[in-house]
Parts: sequence; structure tokens; C-alpha cells
Amino acid sequence: MAYSEKVMDHFANPRNVGEMEDFSGVGEVGNPKCGDIMRMYIKVEGDIITDVSFMTFGCGAAIATSSMATELIKGKPISEALKLTNKAVMEALDGLPPVKVHCSVLAEQAIKAAVSDYYKRQGIDPEPIVGAIPACEECGCEI
Amino acid sequence: MDHLPIRKVYADNAATTAVSEEVLSAMLPFFKEVYGNPSSLYALGQEAKAPLEEARATVAECLGAKPNEIYFTSCGSESDNWAIKGAARAMRKKQGKDHIITSAFEHHAVLHTCQALEKEGFSVTYLPVHADGVVCVEELEAAITDKTALVTIMYANNEIGTIQPIPEIGEICKKHGVLFHTDAVQAVGNLHIDVKAQNIDMLSLSGHKIHAPKGVGALYLRAGVSIENFMDGGAQERGRRAGTENVAEIVGLATAIRRATDTIDERVARLTPMRDKLIEGVLKIPRSRLNGSQKRRLPGNVSFCFQGVEGESLLLLLDMKGISASSGSACTSGSLDPSHVLLSIGLPHEVAHGSLRISFGDYNTMEDVDYILEVLPQIIERLRNMSPLWDAIQMGKVSYDQYM
Repeated sequence: MAYSEKVMDHFANPRNVGEMEDFSGVGEVGNPKCGDIMRMYIKVEGDIITDVSFMTFGCGAAIATSSMATELIKGKPISEALKLTNKAVMEALDGLPPVKVHCSVLAEQAIKAAVSDYYKRQGIDPEPIVGAIPACEECGCEI
Repeated sequence: MDHLPIRKVYADNAATTAVSEEVLSAMLPFFKEVYGNPSSLYALGQEAKAPLEEARATVAECLGAKPNEIYFTSCGSESDNWAIKGAARAMRKKQGKDHIITSAFEHHAVLHTCQALEKEGFSVTYLPVHADGVVCVEELEAAITDKTALVTIMYANNEIGTIQPIPEIGEICKKHGVLFHTDAVQAVGNLHIDVKAQNIDMLSLSGHKIHAPKGVGALYLRAGVSIENFMDGGAQERGRRAGTENVAEIVGLATAIRRATDTIDERVARLTPMRDKLIEGVLKIPRSRLNGSQKRRLPGNVSFCFQGVEGESLLLLLDMKGISASSGSACTSGSLDPSHVLLSIGLPHEVAHGSLRISFGDYNTMEDVDYILEVLPQIIERLRNMSPLWDAIQMGKVSYDQYM
């Protein structure tokens, strides 16, 4: 298993890492038993995600996909962020080893979880817009 | 942390070691000059045959065995496979015995071999392991039945470095007339092995853990133990493992094991203070633990867990600082589950994911320990600062302190 240069760059120099104080929405996916948790904070102004940050417990790929996902949605409208697929995150990182694909799925879900939280805080039911966020998809472990 | 000059520290000697100068020069003549086939009658062949048999005698002497009890193989895994499958099948054929006893935290070369035998109809008992990383020997005797063919327990654990009560197990097996195999890959050169005194019937070892090259190992098989042939073909290795002998590497293995066993006491005296300083320093990191007994362990092998941190990212950051180490986290094993060894000593997945193994060898120094102790706490802190799990631990939402 070898990581691409981009994965190593985002792992070694993660973008948008850390807690956010004045967030509009925060979402957390994954679980400690599986060995990865991603927490994504978003700040929304109008319909635009003006700021985003993450905190991740996990492997190199988990940290790199979190970092790349934040870069891909920063400054974008919510509708666009919701269209971000795990595949797009992987492609932006020049690929991931097959066993690490689930990390990119987690990144996609973390964005959706943060947006859902944002809508809930606005008194809007997120389900019709964001859809259901499957618990621990791809991982298949028994918790 | 960026101000530190990078020092290259190879701290994964339990994974493999560099070939030593002494071993390399012992091997070199057998590639281009003494290249004859040891089975050939002419002088060039016999010139290769003599060192091959000398190597056999050397390995035997280092283990307290006789030369005709040593079989050269391609690696430790081959030795394990051959010993366990070969002896189990022979026991079933000759005596109708089809039960094997092993432990839950063996190397995969043993565990997967036992699982393969289960598919052939053998039944296998996996002995549990105490929290300190020592097999529950008290349950061994009770597990032996009149169907038990073989017991296989490792001499020392590769992932956490704990030493198993091998002489005690050997005695129990002898008393009950059960064959006893041990995977001694990590023990050679670190512990005094005497197969006769310790009642060991079969023992696996590997060259590349003791500064011989990869691709050579050996199996000690006590005279009189029935075993199926590993490979059919020519008459090499007493007709039990066919194939032209890997003379150069076998000579390398013998040179390495001679050096390794002659210098056990010096090695232990040199590595133990390094190991203990590392343990003392690392355990100053909050919410960290040593895996397995502190005392009953190999002189150069230590394993830790850190709460709120994942092992693979830890290894990657250590690598960026020049330190090569390993982990039993799921992400480094290529599977979804963390190391079966860490789970066997009672750790939950959440803690086992944050593991780190440091294994020192002959080329490490106290300066390496100092460097690791300087770099590691900063890396742990960096990862914890971005870890939502560490956040939850600190806020008291989850606690793993009972395992520390």
C-alpha cells in the first residue's frame, strides 16, 4: 500500500484543521471502534459555505480525505457541497489504495452530516434535502 | 517540532534486520566461486556440500540439537507450516489423533495454518492469553485430551514481545505424550534455547530477524518425530524437503545464528536499559500504556497504546522524522480489525487502534532512544490536537482509562 504524493501532502499539511467556534453546523461520522471519526464544521452565510474545518481521528487516508473535502467545498454553495462524492475526493487526491476507499466515503458523509446539522439549527428538516446518512457504511464491522 | 534535525532510526527489528557484514562476506563465495550443487559428486559440488553440513551442525549446536535434526527451509512461515501440518497429519494417520492446541495470539503463520487444518477436519483449541501477554498455561493441561496430537505455542510474541513459559509447556507436553512445536523466530539471539532441556520437539526459526538475509529459515525436528514431507522431489534435507539447497543463505543463516546465540548475554545487557528507558519515557505521555508484562519481555521489543490516536498516522509521522516502527492498528494490517494480539490481551478495538511497536536490535543506540523520546510526544500531541476522539476523552464523554 502506497499513498499518492497528494495524499501525503494533505496528511502532512492538513488544510482547515481544527475546531471552529462560530460554526453554523457540525457533523460527526465514523466511530472509535472502526478506528476513524471525522468531525466537520461549516460556517454558512447566505447559501455559501464561507468557512469549513475538520477534526479527524484516523489513518493517513482519513486525515487526507478530510483535508481535501474541506478544500473542495470551501466557498461553494451548499447545493454544490452536497453533490460532492467520495469518488471526487479520491480523484482530487490522485487515488487511494482500495482498502482506504471507505475513508473517502466518510468524508462525503461528514459534509452531509454538517449540512444536516445546519438545516436542523435553521428549523428545517434536512432529510428531504440531504437524504439519510447511513451509519458506518462500507465498513461492515459489528458494533 | 520542525527544528529537530532528522535522525535515521530503524526501530523495526522484529520485522526484519539488515544483513551484517560478517554474514554477507560468509555468503559471497557461494554465489560465484563455490556455486556447485551440493548433490553433485565432483569437487565443485562437494565444496558446497561441506559448508552446508557445517552450517547444519552450527544451527544444531546453537539450539542444543543434533545436526540430523535440522532442516533448512525458506522462512519461518514455511517452518511453521511444515511442522504443524506435517506433524498433525502424520499423527492423525498413525495414531488417529486430530486435536491441536495453540494460543489466541500466535503469528498468522501458525494461526492460519491451524485454521487450514480445521478445514481438514482437525479440531483446534485456542488458549486464551492473560492481560500481561502470557498464555494461560494453567488451561493447557486441562485442554489436552487423548486425541491431542500437537501443542504449538510461540517462544516470544512478535507484536508485544512477551516471553512464554516454554520449558513449563514442554514438560506438560512430555508428560502427556503430546508433540510440542514452538515458533522461536523472535526468541533466537534474545533467549537461551535448549531444545532437549526444554522438551521441544519442533522449533521454527528465521534468518532475516538475526541479520541473515530474507529467504532462509530452519526447522528443528526431534529425531523420531513423524512428519509428512514438505516438498517431494530429490533427496535433499533427508528426502523431506526437496529442492537444491540455498547454500549461500544457509551459510549466512549459520553465521548469523552463531553470532546471535554467542552474544545473547551482551545483547540483553545492552538492549534492556534502552528498552526500559524508552518505556519509562513513553509512559510519561498521558493516557498511554505498555502492552504486556514489563519484565517478562524480549530485551528490545516494546509495544504501546495511546488513547485518541490511530496507529497508521502515528507511523507515517514517525517515518517523516526518520523513525521506522510498526503498529497493530487495523489500518496497517490491511483489514478492518486491529491486531488479534492486542485484542487477545483484552484491549478494546478503540485502544488497540492506537498501538505502536518499537523493536531495537544490534545497530540501535541509546541516542536512538533519546531521539524517539524527543519526537514521539510531539507527534502524539499533534495527532491528539486534531482528534475528535481525544476531544471526547478529555471531556469525559468516553473513557478508556481502565485499560491504561
